[in-house]
This record gives sequence, structure tokens and C-alpha cells, in this order.
Amino acid sequence: MKIGAGQQFLILGATSPMARYTAYELAKRGCALLLAGRSPSEVEAVARDVHIRYGVPAQPRTFDARDFASHPALIEETVSQLGHLDGVFLFFGEQGDQAKAQHSFEEARAIVEVNFLGAVSLLTLVANHLEERRSGVIVGVSSVAGDRGRRTNYVYGSSKGALSLFLQGLRNRLSLSNVQVVTVKPGYVDTAMTYGVVTSRLVASPQRVARGIVRSVEKGRDVVYLPWFWQWIMLVIRLIPERVFKRLNL
Amino acid sequence: MRAVRKRLSGWGRFPVEEAWVYRPDSLEDVRELLPGGNLTLRGLGRSYGDASLNKDGNVADLTRLDRFLDFDGETGRLTCEGGVSLAEVLEVFVPRGWFLPVTPGTKFVTVAGAIASDVHGKNHHNASSLSRHVESMALLLASGETVLCSRESLPDLFWATAGGMGLTGIIAQATFRLRRIETSFLHYKAVRARDLDHMLETLEQYDPHYDYSVAWIDGLAGGKDLGKGVVLLGSHAPLAELPTQQRRSPLPVLARRRLSVSRPPPFSVVNRMTIRLLNTSYRFTHRPREALVGYDGFFYPLDGVGAWNRLYGSGGFLQHQSVFPLQASRETLVRLLEMVVKSRHASSLVILKKFGPQEGLLSFPMPGYTVAMDFPVYSAPFLALVSAMDELVAQSGGRVYLAKDACLSRERFQAMYPRWKEWLAAKERYDPRGAFTSSMARRLGLAP
Ligand SMILES: Cc1cc2nc3c(=O)[nH]c(=O)nc-3n(C[C@H](O)[C@H](O)[C@H](O)COP(=O)(O)OP(=O)(O)OC[C@H]3O[C@@H](n4cnc5c(N)ncnc54)[C@H](O)[C@@H]3O)c2cc1C
Ligand SMILES: NC(=O)c1ccc[n+]([C@@H]2O[C@H](COP(=O)([O-])OP(=O)(O)OC[C@H]3O[C@@H](n4cnc5c(N)ncnc54)[C@H](OP(=O)(O)O)[C@@H]3O)[C@@H](O)[C@H]2O)c1
Repeated sequence: MKIGAGQQFLILGATSPMARYTAYELAKRGCALLLAGRSPSEVEAVARDVHIRYGVPAQPRTFDARDFASHPALIEETVSQLGHLDGVFLFFGEQGDQAKAQHSFEEARAIVEVNFLGAVSLLTLVANHLEERRSGVIVGVSSVAGDRGRRTNYVYGSSKGALSLFLQGLRNRLSLSNVQVVTVKPGYVDTAMTYGVVTSRLVASPQRVARGIVRSVEKGRDVVYLPWFWQWIMLVIRLIPERVFKRLNL
Repeated sequence: MRAVRKRLSGWGRFPVEEAWVYRPDSLEDVRELLPGGNLTLRGLGRSYGDASLNKDGNVADLTRLDRFLDFDGETGRLTCEGGVSLAEVLEVFVPRGWFLPVTPGTKFVTVAGAIASDVHGKNHHNASSLSRHVESMALLLASGETVLCSRESLPDLFWATAGGMGLTGIIAQATFRLRRIETSFLHYKAVRARDLDHMLETLEQYDPHYDYSVAWIDGLAGGKDLGKGVVLLGSHAPLAELPTQQRRSPLPVLARRRLSVSRPPPFSVVNRMTIRLLNTSYRFTHRPREALVGYDGFFYPLDGVGAWNRLYGSGGFLQHQSVFPLQASRETLVRLLEMVVKSRHASSLVILKKFGPQEGLLSFPMPGYTVAMDFPVYSAPFLALVSAMDELVAQSGGRVYLAKDACLSRERFQAMYPRWKEWLAAKERYDPRGAFTSSMARRLGLAP
């Protein structure tokens, strides 16, 4: 889809650095933005920042991905206020604590509710709106962690894997109505999620990933690994036979 | 929030110390660090010495708190978070006809870091330091409380924070005034000076007529040539001065990044021979002339080479910057330059500038002449030279710039900054537990 002046996008999880830099990329192209996040003061700051830098309309919204009952009102108000949406970029996510999730169902549930159910709830609402309009784009930020279950983060991984499958099905459905669905699978990104955990040289800046996300939309991509080399790394990882993989400590 | 054990240094790459480095994403995150204390604040790490280091303690990298929060297009009043870099301010506001009221010689510093050092620029003679243009600051104190300070409300905190080296609280937000420009070009003039007297005369003569002035001195020239060099002058060019075809886009952002030094060589490539070459080429490239130049090359000549500090090798380097009162200036300058010429330690870069009036408790500038010298090698005899220079500066009634310092002793610091007691009283009031500290603060007796 071509991205340009006058389009209006909803960004969910706007306080994530990847989301903020994606907002910059969209604002540079003249798009109006609704920036939604959990903390009122933080989304307010992000909205002011985007507006001051690029002069586009940028408004803050608060929501909680786990508060499913509040989602219909959020999307309805957004649509009635703006008239329509040209798309949504979903960034929110919860890494959680794998060790804790092995003993506490509450922890596991929180991870799944944010990453999967929260996304299902919100994206379904936006999908129905876009389907009716017969245009637009849905971008879901999943993860390479969703490509294969690993002992160190399979609760998070499985919630992202479920999100990837959900986006795949949604793409299949919405292809009939000219709505683009992009599954973004970042590798390591230099944010709070990886700081102090991953020291790999492969860690990418959130700016780089943001540029990749918007370019993928413009190029009409379906599934995209960011940075690109993760496509090859994950190809190899997916090819390892399960009987070998289960013994690996990855 | 997680911490990473890292080896940190300032821009001079000396000293290098390990610390636990946190990188908060929000003020809420920062608040988590307060109860633990032993905390040093860090921006882009462009101070030269140990101001943003904390040996084996905690360091908060505040560069992710970098959002613009308010801008008044009528008055140029900008409010932003402390981690916004000056480079970003320029990128966003130069195209709209606004410029920094005061800028240091690199744009890769944070707004908060610049306030904490109360930085000066080539316009100090008419604009004073950055604090003059700051209207207010929102500070997160050690108690976890956020307060607004300005000249009117909590003035003691305002003046202890501007130039206070990050030891009073976290500069969460700052409100300051940008200055209007018609174009992003400068009317530039270079004038040669034969010797020190000619140099001082030239600065006196031109300062009232130019927004910006600074002089470069050939640090290897002694005897009758002592103090010879070039005076660089500049003023923001009005629209009418641009050639017609440039007038249609008079406000380009002119940031260049050409090369970068990726790894330090095992020894300093800056030595007597390369310094001689450097000085010769400098004289050559700064021939007396007048021209229109872009702001980036004028203000940030060194930003074009990334990580140029690595050229000094793994030993690091030191910039010694001092200022002395007007009446003592000439004599002190002569003694200081002679001291360096006679020592075997060539200074690769000697910069001279005349300062104007200045407020503040720990702010560096004072009316008089300031001189900055870069020295490559670190060794015991070199440190003795620095100590001798510090002593000379102290005796003249002058002082050394903390943002560049790594060596000053507590006694000399107290002699140089006579208002330190007032500052310490404010520190006691706002940070009684001494939660904010740094390797520099301990060295100078500013924090436990
Ligand atoms: C090439 C070069 C040229 C320079 N030219 C000049 C010049 O012309 N004039 C001049 O005045 N200076 C000059 N400097 C020095 C530089 O401007 C200062 O050292 C400045 O403070 C660096 O800012 P920073 O963001 O890198 O801060 P850091 O170096 O990371 O920290 C500097 C100080 O600020 C404090 N600090 C950082 N963030 C905060 C915060 N959020 N709240 C409270 N305190 C905080 C730190 O604790 C520390 O004491 C130059 C430096 C370089 C490398
Ligand atoms: N960093 C990586 O290496 C990496 C790799 C692959 C995929 N990803 C994915 O990329 C996305 C962005 O992550 P990031 O790296 O930028 O990390 P981040 O800074 O931790 O961002 C996570 C975002 O999710 C929001 N969020 C969490 N729970 C929420 C809830 N219940 N309701 C609403 N919002 C909620 C957070 O809001 P608050 O600010 O209010 O906490 C924050 O904006 C995530 O989906 C993540 O899974 C990251």
C-alpha cells in the first residue's frame, strides 16, 4: 500500500521505541496518527513529540491490551472521531518471565492475554472496519520467537506463534477485500526487552526496524523478517529436525 | 530494570571505569533507581573526564528520554526532555528558522548534559552561557518528587543545577529559548594574528561586531611568534546576503558525517610531527578571507569525523581548558603557553576565546580569556604538567572547566570556584542522602 499525506493510522503500544520510530516514518510522509498506550502521561509525551517534529495531527489514547471489554469503544471512538482509519500498527507485547510462567498460571496468562488475545480482540475490530471500506493495512509485530518453541521462552514464543498464525488467516480473509496484512518478525532489537539480556552483535536499532516496517508496507510484503538476515537464520532453525532440536540449548 | 556492567569513559577516553549501567525508558523507570542511590547521570558522554563515570556504582544512561514536549513558534520557547540531543534540536528547528541560543563545539550532546555543564559557545561575549537562556527545568529529586525550578521559583536549586554536573537531580525537562535566524548560513571571516598581542587586539576589535568569535593558536610557536594564529569570526547571515538562487531554500540542515574512526590505533597518531602538519594545514585552510559558510562546518568542524577521539590511541587524551580574569589574562596566557612550548608535550589544538559576563555557582566562565588545549599522551610527566598548569590558573584567580577535567585536586577546585560552599548547601537541601554522585564528585568533594 502506498503511504502518504492525509492517511490516518492507529498505533497500538505507542510507547515502545519501535512504535515511536515507526510513527516518525509515517509522520514524515504526512500521515495523521492516533497513538495509543497504557500510560496516559507517556502517550501524551509521544503524541506531543511526533506533532512537534513533523507538524502532523497526533493524538494520544490510553488502553490496556488485557481489558478486552474496553476495546470496542476504543475503536468506535477512534473511527467516529477520525471518520475512518487507513490502518493499524500493533506493537504492544509482553515478554514476561518464563521461569515464573512455569509455576504461575497468572504469569503465563498475562503473556498470552497481551500478545495473543489482546491482538485478536483489537485487530478483529479494525479488520471489520477496513473490510467494509475495502482498503487499508494491518501490521502486526510478532517475533522470530514465534517460529519455534524453545525452553527459554516458549510461553512468549507460543503467544507470538499464535499471533503469526492469526495474522496469516486474517491476510487470507482480507485479501478478498483489498486489505493488506503484514506480519513483522523482528529478531533482536535494542529496546528494554533485550537490554542487559542479549549482547549479540545482531541487535538492531529500533530506528532500523521501523524503517523496515514502513518499507514493507509500501512494498506490499506479507511476512517480513527484520533485519532481513533473520529470514535465513530462522530458515536454518526451522530445518533442524525436532529430535535434534529438543536437545539443543538455544 | 536491568543493568549492564560496562567499561565507561568520557570523550577523552581517560579514565576508563566499570559501572552498572541502566538505560531507563521513562521517568518512572528512573524513579526505581533513586532508593538505591550511588547514582551518576549520563547523557551522550561528551564530557572529557570523569563527570559521568561512577567507579563500581550505578550509572543512568538518560538518552532514551528524548521527546519534544512543547514549542511556541512565536517566541521560540522550547520544552523538551533532558535526553534530546542538540543535533536533533537543529534538525527539527533550523528548517523553521530557529537556532540554538548557545552551542558547544559538538552537537552530539544532550540538552541536560549541556545545562549540567552550563556550556558556553563562540558567542559567550554577547550571549553568556546556556543557563542565561534556560527559563525553567523540571527536576526529579532524590526524594522521588518532581519540582519545577526557575529564577523565580526555587532559584537556589536552579543555580545549583545549571553547571552543577548532574549532582542535584535529574533534569527531566528543560524550557529554553531558541534564537531566530533568517538563513542557516554564517557570514564568516578569518583574520591572521602575528603574535599574542596582535591576537588579543584583534579579538577586542572584532568581538563587538560579530555574533561568534574564537581563535586558533599555533601551540608549537614560541619566542616572538608566541600566540600567533587565526581569529575566526561569524554572524548569522541575513536572507539578503544569500545569492539569489539560494534564497529559495535559505534554511538547509547541513549535517555531514563522512568518516569514522572505528578502532583506536595501538599508539597515538597525534604526535609532534602530525601536530606540526596539522598546524600548517590549519593555517593554509584558514587563510584570511570572508565567505558564506553552512552552520555545521562553522560550529562543528570535528563532528564530520565520527569517534575522532580514538586517533589519540588507547591511552586517551585530555583537554585542559581554563579561564583567567581579564586583568591577569595576558600574563597568565604567556606563562601558560610558554609552559607548554617548553615542555615536551605538544598540544594538538589550542583555542582561545574572550568570555563576557556570567552568573551561576559552579559555572565555568568568567569575564576574561579562556584557553583550551588538547594533549595526546598520558604519562606521569604529563600529569605533572597538568598539575603545574592548574596551579598557575588557580594563582591567577582563574579556573579549570569541570566538563573537560579529570585531574583537578579538591583544594585547587575550592580555590577556583569560591561559591562551592553555597553550592554544597543547596546539595544538602535537595539531596541530603547524597544519592547523586560521580567519580568527579568524589574527587572534588561534591558528593559522598
Ligand atoms: C568535541 C567537543 C567539543 C566541545 N566543545 C565545548 C564548548 O565549546 N563549550 C562547552 O561548554 N563545552 C564543550 N564541550 C563539552 C560538552 O559540551 C559538555 O561536556 C556536555 O556536558 C556534554 O553533554 P553530554 O550529553 O555528552 O553529557 P555527559 O558527558 O554524559 O554528562 C555531562 C554532565 O551532565 C550530567 N547530566 C547528564 N544528563 C543529565 C540529566 N538528565 N540531568 C542532570 N544532569 C545530567 C552528568 O552527570 C555530567 O555531570 C565539548 C565536548 C566535545 C567532545
Ligand atoms: N525487542 C526485541 O528484541 C523484540 C524482538 C521481537 C519482537 N519484539 C516485539 O516488538 C514489540 C515492541 O517491543 P519492544 O522491543 O519495543 O519492547 P517494549 O519497549 O517493552 O514495548 C512493549 C510495549 O508493549 C506495551 N504493553 C505491554 N503490555 C501492555 C498492555 N497490557 N496493554 C497495552 N500495552 C502493553 C508496553 O507499554 P508500556 O510502555 O506501558 O509498558 C510497550 O509499549 C513487542 O510486541 C515485542 O514482543 C521485540
